[in-house]
Amino acid sequence: MSEEREEMLRRMEANAHENGYHLCPDKELLDTLIDGLVSNEKRYGYGACPCRIASGIKTYDSDIICPCEYRDADAAEFGMCYCALFVTTEVKEDPSKMKPVPERRPIEAQDAAMEALDGKVDGKEKSALPASSSDTIPIWRCTVCGYLAARETPPPICPICKVKADKFEPFGFGK
Amino acid sequence: MTENCSRHKVFIYALSTCGWCKKTKELLKGLGVEFDFVDVDRLSGDEREKARNELKKHNPRGSFPTIVIDDGAKVIIGFQEEEVKEVLSG
Repeated sequence: MSEEREEMLRRMEANAHENGYHLCPDKELLDTLIDGLVSNEKRYGYGACPCRIASGIKTYDSDIICPCEYRDADAAEFGMCYCALFVTTEVKEDPSKMKPVPERRPIEAQDAAMEALDGKVDGKEKSALPASSSDTIPIWRCTVCGYLAARETPPPICPICKVKADKFEPFGFGK
Repeated sequence: MTENCSRHKVFIYALSTCGWCKKTKELLKGLGVEFDFVDVDRLSGDEREKARNELKKHNPRGSFPTIVIDDGAKVIIGFQEEEVKEVLSG
């Protein structure tokens, strides 16, 4: 294994661990995904999701830089993220539960990124996401240690005190 | 038996880095199904937009892999092993 692959694998393993996930139990698929992330980091300068099309313009791709903005919502609903790099404990223990995850990223985000790449958009700092979906984001508070997380769903485990998602309560909305 | 080889026209919209696209291509190869494909991330400019627009006609979410069978008579989105076998190996 090349050094950059090993480094990517280490990074993703650490991220999975910190967030209460596991890496893809299908070893062959995991290898492809890690290779894809390394390729994307080389050609775009950041690890865009290997299973999505990226533009190479960071502002427009920010929602699909791994771990993507959709990971936690997909893991909560399907037990794994869109590309299956991150899975829940349940799916790790029974990989037969791995099923295709429908794309949650709005097509408008992909279109905007591709238009920007082809220079059809003047405003360079436009958000990659339609305003409606990025306006506000729920905030979750860990009732045990007070840790705050701004994300669609509570984290599977608190990164600080390690309690599970059910110890989180809604704490309003952030921008 | 090779009779399933050319019964359907099969086209895959894929990405060169996508693990599920790779699995889909391998599944079809294993079934002896002939197919054409394009790795859309390797295209640029008008070529890429033309491919994306075609893809969106069959799959409005524009996700990969998307298998278009017989010019859209049947479309399979994502790695759907059972569905692929049912439609293409029969």
